[in-house]
This record gives sequence, C-alpha cells and structure tokens, in this order.
Amino acid sequence: MTTRELLSLDDLRRILREAAGDDDTVDIDGDILDTPFVELGFDSLAILETVSRVSREFSVALPDEVVERCDTPRAFLEDVNRTLTGV
Amino acid sequence: MSAAVVTGLGVAAANGLGTEAYWRATLDGRAGIREITRFDPSGYPVRLAGEVSGFVAEEHLPGRLLPQTDRMTRLSLYAAEQALADAGVPAAGGLRYDIGVATASSMGGFEFGQRELENLWSKGGSHVSAYQSFAWFYAVNSGQISIRHNLRGPGAALVTDHAGGLDAVGHARRQIRRGTPAILTGGVDGALCPLGIAGLVSTGGYTSRTDPDGAYRPFAADADGAVPGEGGAHLLLEDRDAARARGAKVYGELAGYAATFDPAGAPETGLRRAITGALRDAQVVPADVGLVFADGTADRAADRAEAAALAAVFGPRAVPVTVPKTMVGRLQAGAAALDLATALLALRDGVAPHTAGVDAPAPDCPIDLVTGSPRSLPLNCVLVLARGRGGFNAAAVLRRSQQ
Repeated sequence: MTTRELLSLDDLRRILREAAGDDDTVDIDGDILDTPFVELGFDSLAILETVSRVSREFSVALPDEVVERCDTPRAFLEDVNRTLTGV
Repeated sequence: MSAAVVTGLGVAAANGLGTEAYWRATLDGRAGIREITRFDPSGYPVRLAGEVSGFVAEEHLPGRLLPQTDRMTRLSLYAAEQALADAGVPAAGGLRYDIGVATASSMGGFEFGQRELENLWSKGGSHVSAYQSFAWFYAVNSGQISIRHNLRGPGAALVTDHAGGLDAVGHARRQIRRGTPAILTGGVDGALCPLGIAGLVSTGGYTSRTDPDGAYRPFAADADGAVPGEGGAHLLLEDRDAARARGAKVYGELAGYAATFDPAGAPETGLRRAITGALRDAQVVPADVGLVFADGTADRAADRAEAAALAAVFGPRAVPVTVPKTMVGRLQAGAAALDLATALLALRDGVAPHTAGVDAPAPDCPIDLVTGSPRSLPLNCVLVLARGRGGFNAAAVLRRSQQ
C-alpha cells in the first residue's frame, strides 16, 4: 500500500485538461486548490469524466459520489488520496 | 397575430462554409460531393458523400467544447453562432429568456456514439466518456447551442427524418406565436462515419455510384438514390414586430407551413395535402409561387410521386422546380433547413439556383426543373418541400418581407 503513487495537483490539472478540454479564458495553472470547480468552468460531468480517468490511471476504484463530495481541487485530492493510501 | 421572419442565417455545407461562400459556390455550380475521406469507404456500398472541408473545430469552438462534441454538433455550433451574429444578437451578455432553440436531428451524435461503443467493447466500460450521456442524443445540438449562447427560451428537438428541417422551423413559429420573440432553429446533421453510413445503407435510398459528377440525380430517368452529406443551416426566426423594433434586417417571412403524415398502406399521398395546406396557411394561390425547392430523393417512385403532387397543385411544368442539394448531398435533418436558407437567398437576389448534374427531368416527371445554370426570376414567394422516411411530409412558404 505504501508504494502507491498519490495524485498531485499537477496530475489533476493535466487530467482535467484531458477530460474536459483546455480553455484560454480560465487559468488552472495558478493557485486553484480552493477555487470551486464550477468557477474554473468544470461542471459535474467534467468532474465525473475526471474521476473516471483518475480511476483508470491510478488503478483505483473511485465511486461516482466523489463528484458530489468534492467541489474544489483540494477536496478532490484529499478524497482520492485517502482512497489511494487506504486511510 | 404578428408574422415570423428570418433575421439571421448560418450555413455549413460541403461546397461552402459560411452563408455567402455557400451561396457563391451554389450559383457557380460547384459541388462538394466526393469519395468519403473521413474513413476508408471501399468496403461500403455507399462511397460518395458531401463532406464539409476546411472546417477546423479548434478555430471556431472553445477548447472545453471539444471533448464533448462530435463533428455534427461542432458544425451545428458553428452555424448557430453565424446565424446569431448575422442577426445582430450580441455575442456576450446575460441570460436570454426571449430566445429559444428548436433544432431538427435525425440520428443524433452517431459519430460520438460510435467512438464510445468502440471504447466500450475494446477497452471496457470505464473508458466510455461521461459526455456520451448526452452527446449521442437527438437534442444535443439544441442543448449545446442553448448553453453556449445563454438562450433560455423554450427548447425542443424535432426528429422527423428529412422533414425535420421544416418541422423545426414550423415549431419555432408556434413558439413565437405563444410569445417568445425569437427562436434559433433549423438543423445541422450528418454522420459520415462507418456506423452512420451503415445506418443509411440499411434504410436504403442512397446511390452506390463512385463517380461524384452527377451522382445525385433527382427526377432524372436514371436516378438511383441520393448522396449523403453533412451540414445544414441554422436560422433565427423572429417575431416581425420584435425584429422591427430592434431594426434588424429581414431575409423573408415564414408565411406558411403545413405537415402531414402518410396513412399506413398509402405511401406518398400526404405531400399534396402538405403543399396545399402551406399555401392556404400563407394565404397565397399556386400562381403566386415563383420557385419550388423539391425534396428530390432521387428514388424513381418517390420522384414521380413528388412531380405528380406538384403537377396536381400547380399544373404540369407550370412552376420552376430545383434541387441544389445535388451539390452538397441530402443532409437528413439539415437538408430542408439548408433549402430554407437557400430559398431566402434566392428571394433576396432574384435568382433560382440550379439542379447541378441533371440534364433534364424524366418524361414521367412533368416539372420545369431548373438545370444547367441558375435562372434569374422575379421572386416574391418560394415553396420548400421535405419528406421523411416513414411518412413525414412538410411544406413551407417563404415570402419576401413586406417592409
């Protein structure tokens, strides 16, 4: 369990772009940890697609409820990394 | 009751991207039919199509819309943006509860669906895009247009095969009469992917010819089916008083519309009723109509039936008839919407585009088909016809707007 790689903010940025596309009008390279996904232009389907891609890439089963539980990148990272570390 | 007028046009077609590019190509007789390049069609019985060339989605759409759209929806979003800009609707602003969306679709996002089916069966369910939840759906274009432009008036999607392009506009007029000042309508359609072509082949009606020149031959004695294509047109249909109040330019009025359904066991009987219904609705007589945009399936029996319906209403060879779709393909729900746009440009410029590739109608089709080159005509009133598989018939009368 301890060798498992955690999801970093940069991972999340990259996967968000892959899942939902790039938007010139929103800068997600800045300090976005506590900015709600909605304000970053990501709706619930974009987050659902992101959850799906994180699940595949990190070989971890994430429930769809992550979408409802996590409305910011910080909440998302904490939620996913709790599952990844088995805490 | 106030009239419904068209104040904006947006076109995406195989021979022209953008309204004026399309119109110039059409009057020049430049066709956009060719062998399918999107995939290798050599194993398919339908190998020609009207593909829109030179459309780079990244140049027209924000990046966030790319993972959730297929080509058909991207072309629809392009045409809708063009129509709204042409009508002078400000691109940025608040929510517009005074503008709704009613588009036609025949297959939905088939290409998106094919890709996700491939993901499902080759990689597994976890690889299917979350956007598949709506991207395949018939209402996808209405939804995406509404979201992108903040159009929060009544929304709808009409699914009546090729008749949809007219039925959507007829529905838009109903919503305007119910009090919404404007509806973004029409249709952009097409699924030039293996699954889409397989669907078209299974329903029949498309030619197996491989020479693009004159392949789609409506009303010709040697007609053997249409050529499929992608594209269509979006139109902003607007209450005339509202259009006047904001000083909008007006292409023409949707003066009449009627839809009928062929009863079971009696195919091809409803078209004449649709024509007479639309004329009555417009309060015009056959002699007022200067040009007819025919459905023109290039199926011999259906062509004969359409010619017979026209001859019964107007008299044999009594009104010019044209099928400029021969240059771009039969675009399913996009076809009649594009014909409406073409008809409005014909009204504006007093010229009937021709039925490219056809020399003369068959002797059993007693119509005055415009062939060879465009024909200059004083036009005040134009009729557009469309039929959908399964018995749908629709007719619309467009009139030069009385200023």
